[in-house]
Amino acid sequence: MKVPLSWINDYVDIKDISPERYAEDMTMSGSKVEGVENTGENIEGVVTGRILKIEPHPNADKLVVCRVDVGDEVLQIVTGADNMKEGDFVAVAKDGATLPGGKIKKGKLRGVESCGMMCSEDELGLQEERAHGIMVWSKETPLGMDIRDYLGLNESIVDFEITSNRPDCLSVIGLARETAVTLGRDFNVKTSCVRENGGNIKDYISVEVKDERLCPRYSCRVVRNVKIQPSPEWMQRRLEACGIRPINNIVDITNYVMLEYGQPMHAFDLRTISGKKIIVRTANESEEMTTLDGTRHTLGSDTLVIADSEKPVALAGVMGGENSEIADDTTEILLESANFNAVAVRSAAKMLGLRTESSSRFEKGLDAANTIPALERACELICEFDAGEVVSGIIDVCAPLRPNTEIPFNAEEINSFLGTNIDKGFMVETLKALGFQINGDIVEVPSYRGDVEGMADLAEEIARIYGYNKIPSRLYTGTATIGAKNEKQHAEDLVRSTFTALGLSEIITYSMTSPQIYDKLSIPRDDYIEISNPLGEELSILRTNAIGSALEALSVNYNRRIDEAFLFELATTYHKGGENGLAVEKQQIIIAMYGNIDYYNIKGILEQLFEVFGITAFDIEPETSNPIFHGGQTAKISLRRQTAAIVGRIHPMVAKNFGIGKDCYAAAIDFDLLLKCIKLDKKFRHLPKYPAVTRDIALIVPDEVTAAQIENIFRKSKSGILENYSLFDVYKGKQVEEGCKSIAYALTFRAADRTLTDEEVNAAMDSILSELDKKLGAKLRL
Amino acid sequence: MKQQLNEIKQAAVAALGNVSSKAELESFRIEFLGKKGRLTEILRGMGKLSAEERPVIGQMANDIRSFIESEIEALSSRLDMQLLEKKIAEEKIDVTMPGKRQPIGKKHPLTKVLDELKDIFIGMGFEIAEGPEVELDYYNFEALNIPKGHPARDTQDTFYINENVLLRTQTSPVQIRVMERQKPPIKIIAPGRVYRSDAVDATHSPLFHQIEGLVVDKGITMSDLKGTLDAFCKKLYGDKTKTRFRPHHFPFTEPSCELDISCPACNGKGCRVCKNEGWIEILGAGMVHPRVLQICNIDPQIYSGFAFGIGLERTTMRRYEIDDIRLFYENDLRFLLQF
Repeated sequence: MKVPLSWINDYVDIKDISPERYAEDMTMSGSKVEGVENTGENIEGVVTGRILKIEPHPNADKLVVCRVDVGDEVLQIVTGADNMKEGDFVAVAKDGATLPGGKIKKGKLRGVESCGMMCSEDELGLQEERAHGIMVWSKETPLGMDIRDYLGLNESIVDFEITSNRPDCLSVIGLARETAVTLGRDFNVKTSCVRENGGNIKDYISVEVKDERLCPRYSCRVVRNVKIQPSPEWMQRRLEACGIRPINNIVDITNYVMLEYGQPMHAFDLRTISGKKIIVRTANESEEMTTLDGTRHTLGSDTLVIADSEKPVALAGVMGGENSEIADDTTEILLESANFNAVAVRSAAKMLGLRTESSSRFEKGLDAANTIPALERACELICEFDAGEVVSGIIDVCAPLRPNTEIPFNAEEINSFLGTNIDKGFMVETLKALGFQINGDIVEVPSYRGDVEGMADLAEEIARIYGYNKIPSRLYTGTATIGAKNEKQHAEDLVRSTFTALGLSEIITYSMTSPQIYDKLSIPRDDYIEISNPLGEELSILRTNAIGSALEALSVNYNRRIDEAFLFELATTYHKGGENGLAVEKQQIIIAMYGNIDYYNIKGILEQLFEVFGITAFDIEPETSNPIFHGGQTAKISLRRQTAAIVGRIHPMVAKNFGIGKDCYAAAIDFDLLLKCIKLDKKFRHLPKYPAVTRDIALIVPDEVTAAQIENIFRKSKSGILENYSLFDVYKGKQVEEGCKSIAYALTFRAADRTLTDEEVNAAMDSILSELDKKLGAKLRL
Repeated sequence: MKQQLNEIKQAAVAALGNVSSKAELESFRIEFLGKKGRLTEILRGMGKLSAEERPVIGQMANDIRSFIESEIEALSSRLDMQLLEKKIAEEKIDVTMPGKRQPIGKKHPLTKVLDELKDIFIGMGFEIAEGPEVELDYYNFEALNIPKGHPARDTQDTFYINENVLLRTQTSPVQIRVMERQKPPIKIIAPGRVYRSDAVDATHSPLFHQIEGLVVDKGITMSDLKGTLDAFCKKLYGDKTKTRFRPHHFPFTEPSCELDISCPACNGKGCRVCKNEGWIEILGAGMVHPRVLQICNIDPQIYSGFAFGIGLERTTMRRYEIDDIRLFYENDLRFLLQF
């Protein structure tokens, strides 16, 4: 909320405080200042003047030469304007003056000296659009007066960020009260004085409230013999400072009072109200209404409206109707000052897409006690401006007001909650200044502070005025706790450190994706979770598979001409069927790579991860039917008979769908399953004391026999002395019969307690070879 | 014979002077010490000597043999050294040429900064808690004192799955879940993804990360909140960092505050980074609202606590001076490899 400091000053004397200090102090007591704008900051050397004489320019038809009295001298000024006459008052930028548009210097215009410039409204920065002619007025004005003083431009406008719990501070009076308490000064609000002018409001209007829960209070007055005209300059200027466009005296007064009292008001043209009756009711289903901004709305049955006997004339608390708008020829008005239910206004404003100054106040919950003071203030201003005659009487339809909250007050309790030693006297003074009543050890909360409900709220009131920064700082002294990561969190760290050491970089991708990701992956659409109000189709579902996200990251890098990309993500996927209608959230480790690599590079990375996790045994078999992957270069890895990972080359069509023009590889690992199999509990093994015996064997096996099948037989070797095996050659071609391949391993044998004899090794070899022959038809290549 | 031996010795010394390679040295060895070498030849005539002469001549011959052998050895190692030096000279390279690098991967910058935060809080005795991202309205709002129709729901534009299920807009629901299942003392941080339906731009992302913190125990005061967060800021931003606790409002804490630190870029003097304020807002915090404790069946008459929430993206952006939040999710390696 923007407020000119001069307005605050109407209630608290702050003339002696710089805007900067004011902003700092208010921020630290809880009314955060977002910024201070000083109007007239870029105007200097502009004064009031009076045109004494206007003469034609000797050399130009469109220019005139004026003699202008600026108090201490008379200046000759040449101008092209034609909207002034002798005797008019004007704003004169003297030689050397500064305007928002730049500096003014004296010079010659078509050969005649001009010692300054008479300014227009736009040249003074008072309006955006170009003015027609210069600014002139006829009201007697002292000459030579700084134009900023004359126009009230030497103003500091403070922009407050008001938190949602403090609707009372969406008003000048509320902020003035905060100011007074913050600075320890007096705060005064005068009671408004309304001059009633006879008649009886009941002859003009009656009010019926259908649901007092939705409209706890409806107060109004009638004004007759209204004269619609512009409101005074000072009021217009204050409204503009607060970001509200002046319209006419009546509308301006309702807006002004809203800003001052925080109570939104509305004025209806009484002649448009049928049946002399105001009915506050919910709209009929599909009832229509056009609001002041010219928008036609179709209303729902839960929208609260102000209606007459025939039609809605306003959206309660949101915006007035076009049909009852104040016009230039309006003569009788109904001034509404009502209290509407916060939730009802919020949902109506949200549904209709109309957020107004009024609705944003009501939706935070306003004080029903405030309707009458605001109404009286508006009528006081009407009297003051001679804008109409206030008809005698007020209509005030009011549900029983909520009694003020009472809270037990215990200074000790507050101090021990805050960790302070604040004097009880200070607490009492602070609460009183904020409008609380103290009756012994009970605090009565003022009606405008609906946010204060208990001890903690009182503690905050006291603490923020005392100063948060004066509260001592101590490092937690309670029960000692042991901070640590759990096993899963450690495992996550391990994944990251292993992969980064292997040259992979971590990516973080969105959890939301498009249903089309399944088409790009060429897999059927999963039963995914949909967002009911997504930002757009491309982020409308929660991913059930994170490979797509990683391929998108590869694509970004490929399209930016990065030679190789080795990426991984610890990704969450979201699946239907969790408890209480929530998702089952699973963790996947994704690897995605392109560059100077092949299938065995990515498989190696996977093996190394498994090794780090202490997982030495797993089943691996070719995976030929996963549509995301290349049918000939993909494997499925299982742990405990469950699929733990898919690793392989991305199907060329899928790569193409993602716009990746290189062979790319990916792996998806079930992190949750991996966690169940993790074995990080390492035990030292003695270094070998006896030598190893190495035997190389080359096997001829049918093409379809896999290394995994062979190695499985090695692993199951019963000799107990096969320490290690490693594949060193695969060969097809001459000397190997058609349909077969040669596959060569180096086998290392060792015993922990003795040097092996040839016989022992031969026996072990024989048993392995016969097993290979029996199970896989493998022959030793001679 | 004596003379012959002396001649051999002299001849050997002379011949050695001309040896300049290992091959020549070998020929020299064969010439003098080989089976048919000169020294061997002479010794064959030993049989003709008298019994008195034999040991004397024998001794002399052995001395000459060891002399030649040791000369050979010395020369041999000199020759080796020369060879090596030559080789080293030949192997000269341009040592200023670029080194060959091992590929190295990087953790995501968000992970790096989160790791730092985790370390700091673990050091202060915090555990790391987790909670679901697809969350019940109850945990995300209701139990945090934000009932339906509360204006705070507007400021957190929420993605809904259905009326009761949403994508959490904050990590605060983890507070409730932890308090429901664990009795005090509680001391946790809960990092994680949160979602708000903000259109993407340089400072907004529909997905970002928060780190929630919660401490509940007997006798926890606002003073503990200040001490803990002050220590955290000094750890993360340096010992000279000043902190400022500014009143604010959150529905689930009371009193509530925002924590500003003195701008690390200008030490609080005012600069572009802090918009000339000298302070930078880094987190929101407060004393756990008694109603929130009650909702979790923790008696606010006995226990109290504080909570805080830190935005990871903003913290990381400040740390590395990153000016566009979108970079975090594009995953361009030229970005990722910088950290």
